[in-house]
Amino acid sequence: MDHDAPTVLCLDAITKRFGKLVANDAISFSLRKGEVVALLGENGAGKTTLMNILFGQYTADSGSVEVFGNPLPPGNSRAALDAGVGMVHQHFTLADNMSVLENIILGTRSLFVPRLDINAARDRIKELSETFQLAISPDEKVGNLTVGERQRVEILKALYRDVRILILDEPTAVLTPQETNDLFATLKQAIANGLSIIFISHKLHEVMAISDRVVVLRHGKLVGSVNTTDTNKQALAAMMMGANATPPNIAPATTGAPLLVLENVSTPNIGTAPGLKSISLALKAGQIIGLAGVSGNGQAPLADIVGGVHFPHTGTISLNGKTIQKWTPREAVKNGIARIPEDRHKTGTVSDFDLTENAILERYVGAPFSKGGWLNWRKSRLFAKDIIAKYDVRCPGPDTPIRLLSGGNMQKLILGRVLEADPKIVLANQPVRGLDIGAVNYVHSQLLAARDRGAAILLISEDLDEIIALSDIIHVIADGQLSPAFLRNQMSPAELGIWMSGQGFDTGVAHAS
Amino acid sequence: MRLEPIENPTLARKLVPPALAIIATVVITALLAMIAGANPFSVLGLIVKGAFGSKFALLETLNRATPLIFTGLAVAVAFRAKFWNIGAEAQLYAGALITVLLGTGALAWPSFAILPTLAILSILAGAILLLIPALLKTRFGVDEVVTTLLFNFIFLLFISMLLEGPLKDPMGMGWPKSARVLPEARLPRIIDGLRLHWGFALAIMSAIIVWVIQARTTLGYEMRAVGLNRQAAAFAGIPVNLVLIKTALLSGGLAALAGFSEVAGLKGSLTLDLSPGFGYTGIIVAMLALLNPLAVIMAALFVAGIFVGADSMSRAADVPTYLADIMLATALLLMVLAIMLTRFRIVRG
Repeated sequence: MDHDAPTVLCLDAITKRFGKLVANDAISFSLRKGEVVALLGENGAGKTTLMNILFGQYTADSGSVEVFGNPLPPGNSRAALDAGVGMVHQHFTLADNMSVLENIILGTRSLFVPRLDINAARDRIKELSETFQLAISPDEKVGNLTVGERQRVEILKALYRDVRILILDEPTAVLTPQETNDLFATLKQAIANGLSIIFISHKLHEVMAISDRVVVLRHGKLVGSVNTTDTNKQALAAMMMGANATPPNIAPATTGAPLLVLENVSTPNIGTAPGLKSISLALKAGQIIGLAGVSGNGQAPLADIVGGVHFPHTGTISLNGKTIQKWTPREAVKNGIARIPEDRHKTGTVSDFDLTENAILERYVGAPFSKGGWLNWRKSRLFAKDIIAKYDVRCPGPDTPIRLLSGGNMQKLILGRVLEADPKIVLANQPVRGLDIGAVNYVHSQLLAARDRGAAILLISEDLDEIIALSDIIHVIADGQLSPAFLRNQMSPAELGIWMSGQGFDTGVAHAS
Repeated sequence: MRLEPIENPTLARKLVPPALAIIATVVITALLAMIAGANPFSVLGLIVKGAFGSKFALLETLNRATPLIFTGLAVAVAFRAKFWNIGAEAQLYAGALITVLLGTGALAWPSFAILPTLAILSILAGAILLLIPALLKTRFGVDEVVTTLLFNFIFLLFISMLLEGPLKDPMGMGWPKSARVLPEARLPRIIDGLRLHWGFALAIMSAIIVWVIQARTTLGYEMRAVGLNRQAAAFAGIPVNLVLIKTALLSGGLAALAGFSEVAGLKGSLTLDLSPGFGYTGIIVAMLALLNPLAVIMAALFVAGIFVGADSMSRAADVPTYLADIMLATALLLMVLAIMLTRFRIVRG
């Protein structure tokens, strides 16, 4: 990268408050032409707020933004786009029923032009996809594309609009390792063509691999801006957390009897999401089974079955050797299954309920929280206070609406709610998604502690590092199929990545579990 | 212009917009009175005086508020669980129907036996009437807004048919009107000499009971959870459909008590103008009360006061009583806006 390159984007002392919370505290940084700046920070550090200010979703309380030397008017969502700044969001904004081409040109032309010049647009897209190594067929329906391909469409969409600054929000969260490599190749191509990139992530090795410079945010403050060549993962993690990040120390497991056994379980496909295809899996006491895979490959139906939300279409489940006939969330809880749901906002908690009401959500029926239909708020409140103290939930008190808590604290309450029941089986579905490193380590240590108490744990995650770090046994799920069981350290991330892309299943490996 | 949520609203932020809404309602009413050619200040004065200005006026307002408390509670309970019961009108008539069916001679019991029986059977009738839309919703996903709304028309036509036929009072000189209920089946006055019946006390008690259910029982907890986040409730193991059905039974029962109380307490017989839209006005009452059962009492008094006051005003000041409807509609719209402004601020850009 050229150190004398012109500055293309300059944020100057951006401050944004939400009530008492200072989401961005006088943050200044700049981006040069042809540079990749990684924006690193825990969840809640202020990355998203900063980007929302840039794109006019929020108006900063003070500070200014300059793009190519021109000040950006605050609070105008078109201004950044018109100035040549494009963003690829973590959640894609594509219409499934339209082709790649249609998605890309959507919104670029006036509605009142009678005839769109489709062929010119197609040629342009072909040219762009060759220049930037984004292999894509312009006439394919977006609904038929893989997640990685959809991301390429999003990037093409930005390039088609002649962006000079590309912002990517957690772009690798949904990708396999191979797809991540492809993405990085594309980004390198983009830089070679004179674009500048802001890469938002919390994955340290990716930040090290792709960025020229790292800007670290913590609690809304800019705590460091370093050249990538002058730093390392440990130093970045320390900056991000304000303390040394130590991964949990994992002793080998002492595996016990199988507690929950699924045999030849299948579920129907739902839309384009594959159902389970004759899966057999045994959760054993004192063991963490990690389920690796790209999201939407059957994790949801499997989690629903283990969590009691659905009864399998075909196949059997047995609990402690007994075949289950009746299976509801309440039955699952009663039988000692702790369920940490994938979406803590929508399924894990009731946002407008306070901590007490959320703490008893699964167990308000009968002792100790109610008797004869009358709730015992005193005991419920004590229970919530107990969780708050024991699991270090940072909050004003048990009467606070849970929506005011950060994701990490919300997750700690959920952990407390399910682990205080001394569960025999733990279903942890994306337990650390979107959490800061401190909270991640905390959740992991709690899962390991539960394992060491003899619980059987099913860990579902899209984060391969997390799976590899914690699991005693790893299965890969792809297109509703389950890979054979791999032991700890048996497979490299790249090898697991091959299974995640659905390839290992064709080689005729016997279906073991 | 955008809305930005306020996480911790100050006390002023909570009180000022609703106060402004009330002031604006008064100003708009005054303007309309002026357009109607009357002195706006005397019109407003007459409304207040007509609603609360004398013992007679006050009792009239309390009597008018009684059915509104019941229907307001019915709506508040249902809406809390996001079960959209628009059919309180039909459920009210179901309660009234049971009261005249059994109270006109079928049960010749003393008061202490017949009144509770009629009340309980009215509750059952209203509950069953709302059970049908509830089952259609939970079994087949039929939208309850449509079914409960249409039930109002069906049930009123059914009542009309009964009043023209089998229920028609032979002594009624041809009017579509039922026979009068027995004296034993009449709700007595709370205090001798004051024109206020026990239906009002029953309404206040119902509000307290509903409040206790919502705040203290597992059922109330389930209803609130289902209303706030159906997905999380289902995941936690709350039987969402069963809770919706229980909610419907409670809501329908409360609305039916309005019909029982109007027949047994006030009118003595069933006619098609028993309710001037109490079921629909109950929605306004519940919304103004922010679905809080105790606030429903206040909201019902406010709404009843406007109606009674406007009646009295129109007799004195040649301004149509429609002014009351406009006032209520204005108050509701402005209050909804005001409540939004207590939680959001408007930001330019």
